Amino acid sequence: MTSVLTVLFNGVAYGMLLFIMSVGLSVTMGMMNFVNLAQASFSMLGGYIMVAVTQQLGIPFLASLPIAFVVVGIASLVIERLIFRHFYGTDDLTQVLLTIGLIFMSIAIVTYFWGSTYQQVSVPPWLTGQQEVLGFTLERYRMFLVAVGAVLAFALVFGLERTRFGAIVRACVDNNRVARACGLNTDLVFALTFAIGGGLAGLAGALSANLLGIDPNFPLRYLVYLLIVVSVGGMGTISGTLIAGLVLGIGDVAGKYYVPQIGGFVIYAITVAVMLWRPHGLLGRRA
Amino acid sequence: MSSLSPHAPRLPGQQYFASIARWSPGEIIFWAVLLAVFFVPDANLPLYGQILIWGLFAMSLDLLLGYRGIPSLGHAAFFGIGAYTAGYLGKFGWTEPISGLALASLIAGLVGWLTGRVIQRVSGIALLMVTLGLNLILYDIVHRQSDLTGGDDGLQGIVIAPVLGLFRFDIYGRTSYLYALAVTFVLFLVARALVKSPFGLALLGARENPRRMITLGTPIERDVSTVFAIASAMAGAAGALLTQTTQFVSPATLSFQRSADVLVILIIGGTGRLYGGFIGAIVFLLLRDWLAALSPVYWYFWIGLLLVIMVAFFRRGIVPSVETLAQRLRPR
Repeated sequence: MTSVLTVLFNGVAYGMLLFIMSVGLSVTMGMMNFVNLAQASFSMLGGYIMVAVTQQLGIPFLASLPIAFVVVGIASLVIERLIFRHFYGTDDLTQVLLTIGLIFMSIAIVTYFWGSTYQQVSVPPWLTGQQEVLGFTLERYRMFLVAVGAVLAFALVFGLERTRFGAIVRACVDNNRVARACGLNTDLVFALTFAIGGGLAGLAGALSANLLGIDPNFPLRYLVYLLIVVSVGGMGTISGTLIAGLVLGIGDVAGKYYVPQIGGFVIYAITVAVMLWRPHGLLGRRA
Repeated sequence: MSSLSPHAPRLPGQQYFASIARWSPGEIIFWAVLLAVFFVPDANLPLYGQILIWGLFAMSLDLLLGYRGIPSLGHAAFFGIGAYTAGYLGKFGWTEPISGLALASLIAGLVGWLTGRVIQRVSGIALLMVTLGLNLILYDIVHRQSDLTGGDDGLQGIVIAPVLGLFRFDIYGRTSYLYALAVTFVLFLVARALVKSPFGLALLGARENPRRMITLGTPIERDVSTVFAIASAMAGAAGALLTQTTQFVSPATLSFQRSADVLVILIIGGTGRLYGGFIGAIVFLLLRDWLAALSPVYWYFWIGLLLVIMVAFFRRGIVPSVETLAQRLRPR
């Protein structure tokens, strides 16, 4: 019984990471139909910034998280303004190829600066080890991840549902052309949303550095997971992304724990089945 | 589309198809050069053989993407099925290469037909995800069942008999090159006949305007599974060629990396031309060979940059861009 709950808990922690990584991609895909696979590279960049900031500058772990968020957010804003905005009207395949090209370049760039080995990240002592909670022994770092994920999910849903900017974003996702006709600066809204989404991906990369490890192949390894979370959850929905992230996280951890011989098979099979059953995702808008 | 251009005079059906099927001097030169390469002394034939195999593989994807507009992120699955079928045949005693290749191609085609039946209902992101997902499932199975497939070490002990009982596969890749060239050319002829037939025109029509093709009474869903089967069979033949010429198969033959690479090759060369895949393979593999020798660690940067530049400025690829240029330069 204890092990079932532990597996569940580890899966939730992993799912939260996947959610933070992909939520920006989901919203921007829903808004502009732009398939940005380089989101995985933003996550890797966040991880490396965390490594650089904590090891070379000696900045503490907690302070390095907002730094990763801000730096990657600015970087994604620059890339969006310089490159991506020229590709908004193009077809899916063009965008996929463009962003795969950027992933290849990002892999070579981080290899140049940090080498091709795994980077170690040290977390403060109060986040290491295990803790007894209600009779269960849980890892402190995973508890921290679940807490951060829950806070972010709440903040995002609140921000999208209750604030003025959130209403503007929803309007742009619902119908970009009408939103523009009503006088909204959709270009600016999209750039800001993109920056926030990129920053969240960077934050997720920084958070995952300790758990998943950071190396130059990070984008290729997690790209598929990002795509699965976004497409299964449905583009443009925060709750759909959260559900898909949690299901995938729990499914992956449980699958590897109980039936290691079939491993990733279950997840891919579920993905194919969901895509055939509901091509626009579980909570997709254009069903 | 050259074959749909309004300049073509309205000839009666058969004359029309005869006119679009005529061989141009450029095409004849292309295949003559590929044959002539064999006689160049000290030519790097193993590399050129790889180019042929990649070119054939990319051409099979072109049938799907270029002529029917179906993007697939999992085309390596069929390449891998062909490669493993040829590998198992060679390992368990069926060493005759031509029949082995035909059988591998047939099995890949059957799986492709079934896949086509499944995917003909979805489009857009869902289509990309389903093809990618099926590719990953297959890779996962092959990768994990290591007592059956050898896992990461690949399938060992594959024996391939001499071609036609006469030509042994030598270490200089001479037999391999001619064998690959012959198979590639035959399959190219099949693909060429296909795209210049009424069926090929129906594919183009469904790519451009599926709704109109339905109202014309074209079975566009059945066409999807048919063309998927043909494209998969050709991808399987390319995979079998790789196995037979190297006498080795590894899970890398059906990795996502290979699916992405073949897409990149086709996009560099240009879609909807049949030659795009071959030109793309020549550029990609020669460039990769050169860059990897230049900087073994960072060559992916340049491949990525090439991809970004191609997509940004030459989205149509090399072959269509050159065609447009040639038409502009031609005196009127």
